[in-house]
Amino acid sequence: MTLNTYRAGPDERGQFGIHGGRFVAETLMPLILEVERAYKQAKNDPAFHAEMAEYHKHYVGRPSPLYFAGRMTEHLGGAKVYFKREELNHTGAHKINNTMGQILLARRMGKTRIIAETGAGQHGVAAATVCALFNLPCVVYMGETDIARQQPNVFRMKLLGAEVRPVTAGSGTLKDAMNEALRDWVANVEDTYYIIGTAAGPHPYPEMVRDFQSIIGAEVRTQLQEAEGRLPDTLVACIGGGSNAIGLFHPFLDERGVAMVGVEAAGHGLKSGKHAASISGGRPGVLHGNRTYLLQDADGQIKEAHSISAGLDYPGIGPEHSWLHDVGRVEYVSATDREALEAFQLCSKLEGIIPALEPAHALVEVTRRAPKLPKDHLLVVNLCGRGDKDIFTVADAVGVKL
Amino acid sequence: MSAGTNGAAMNGEGRLERRFARLRAEGRAGLVTFVTAGDPDPATAAKILAGLPDAGADVIELGMPFSDPMADGPAVQAASLRALKAGQTLKKTLAMVKAFRRGDADTPVVLMGYYNPIYIYGVPRFLDDAKKAGVDGLIVVDLPPEHDDELCLPTMKAGLNFIRLATPTTDDRRLPTVLRNTSGFIYYVSILGITGTRSAASDAVAKAVARLKRHTDLPVAVGFGIKTPKQAAEVARVADAAVVGSMLVQTVARNLSRQGRARPGLAAAVLKRVTALARGVRGARKAT
Repeated sequence: MTLNTYRAGPDERGQFGIHGGRFVAETLMPLILEVERAYKQAKNDPAFHAEMAEYHKHYVGRPSPLYFAGRMTEHLGGAKVYFKREELNHTGAHKINNTMGQILLARRMGKTRIIAETGAGQHGVAAATVCALFNLPCVVYMGETDIARQQPNVFRMKLLGAEVRPVTAGSGTLKDAMNEALRDWVANVEDTYYIIGTAAGPHPYPEMVRDFQSIIGAEVRTQLQEAEGRLPDTLVACIGGGSNAIGLFHPFLDERGVAMVGVEAAGHGLKSGKHAASISGGRPGVLHGNRTYLLQDADGQIKEAHSISAGLDYPGIGPEHSWLHDVGRVEYVSATDREALEAFQLCSKLEGIIPALEPAHALVEVTRRAPKLPKDHLLVVNLCGRGDKDIFTVADAVGVKL
Repeated sequence: MSAGTNGAAMNGEGRLERRFARLRAEGRAGLVTFVTAGDPDPATAAKILAGLPDAGADVIELGMPFSDPMADGPAVQAASLRALKAGQTLKKTLAMVKAFRRGDADTPVVLMGYYNPIYIYGVPRFLDDAKKAGVDGLIVVDLPPEHDDELCLPTMKAGLNFIRLATPTTDDRRLPTVLRNTSGFIYYVSILGITGTRSAASDAVAKAVARLKRHTDLPVAVGFGIKTPKQAAEVARVADAAVVGSMLVQTVARNLSRQGRARPGLAAAVLKRVTALARGVRGARKAT
């Protein structure tokens, strides 16, 4: 099937094909509808966009550079590799694009308390940051497994004035943190706004988070036009929930000449059963307010995901990605923990940029693909976070004691 | 036409309609009990289920375990995980109802849970098997009216009741939407929050029930946070039924060995609680 446009979704029910929707308890439904109404208004209000642009420029530090990775390109010997430097944003990742948008929305809605879930801690830090900026109390739910492996970010959130609540249920990772945040929201609907960190969850979150992250792709378009005078040939991004990837891809979806690749975390390998690759190793199901590809057993019980990267350690994926997979517009591949560790070290040595483990997965695909492509092929990879937070995990994985 | 005339009632009276009619005739409220299928193991859970009607349960809600029960509190979540660990599946839950029906033809059984296991089982096959097993209705927490075509409409078509939750956030404008395809009874969640945490003030409950009654002829069951026979009685004075869940699964939890196995007398302990609650509910409108 060929569509006129890949950018029209979601439909009025909040669905992208069969994916997405609003599978939430009745307690939350009026809230979700309120967020949808408020977001629709904000989206059409130039004042909202003007306020966001001010904060982007003077607080976040946008636009983030589009950097020609010369040594990486030379090393791989094929396509010209560009890095979209989202790791240079304030707080060190793309996550703040979304939290800035959502906190401005929460303020418009008159909400006085913010909650968030976090995996790697990047979203938690980004949420805690904007809460400090606007003087709102912030509670961040974080799985205890993630707390153990992301201590620097836990401390960062506390410095920013947020309360980090450990989640012990389940595997103590992102999915459990999201369950707990939803429970908090159900109990505190009147004053609380839930800043979801990725382009997933009940409608309108997948659409809203995508819109806030689409500044990534929009900037790439302008910047590459200036640098090369044309559109990119290939876009590559890592995928947990998939917000950095949809932000890069979405503005280009209708450009037929632009190939797009999403890289899921294959953990110990797809066959090991210990991975976080929902599209490669899962099937459609309903969790956390949306239908999407999920890691689950034959009885529909959700399986625990595994990845060395806490930010990719989630058994689902944003519903728009599931749809883009179904219609064949975006190709989804995976990279293992081991491959990501190699790319992490390669990028650090070649470019002087220590990437987060999340985009290290995207870099794996770049190292696979670039050598086979002609030298005039323009490949853009989203460097969606910096790796300072991961140095302890990496040291441990490569057997170095810090 | 009010919502109460919709749904499974059109296909002749179901067990739920008959049960609530009988309660009305007896001039008392009912006790709805929630336990999780397969918790803490299949045999003990079956024993509890079989004993519920004699202990005084008027309607049985049987939880279908799910790995990620977002709308439930720690007690029900723990029960779900215990059951899954003991090997419970949706298929086994249906088999459990079938076995129960061999000894009880009258007590309504409502399956309660989340959509994903049903979606994966396959909706038509699930409804078919549920009907054959003797299930009377479904409560699926994460299916709001906006997704009625997924399961609610097929359930009504199959002649089973689809029971929906109304909450304090369901305002007068939204209530008709929630009630539209609801049948059997309406389950009023008396607090904002998850199961088994806090309980509502009884005058707030009375007001809420009165509000619902302005919109529907369906029986109103009230739950979330009822822990004692006294609280159950307070609800029974103003509602058509009181729902008790978390405190029953907590009783299961308190009667486990250190290894998590059922201690002798676990089922009896749970049923004793039910008996006490039933006494509270049955005496509610006689007491002053």
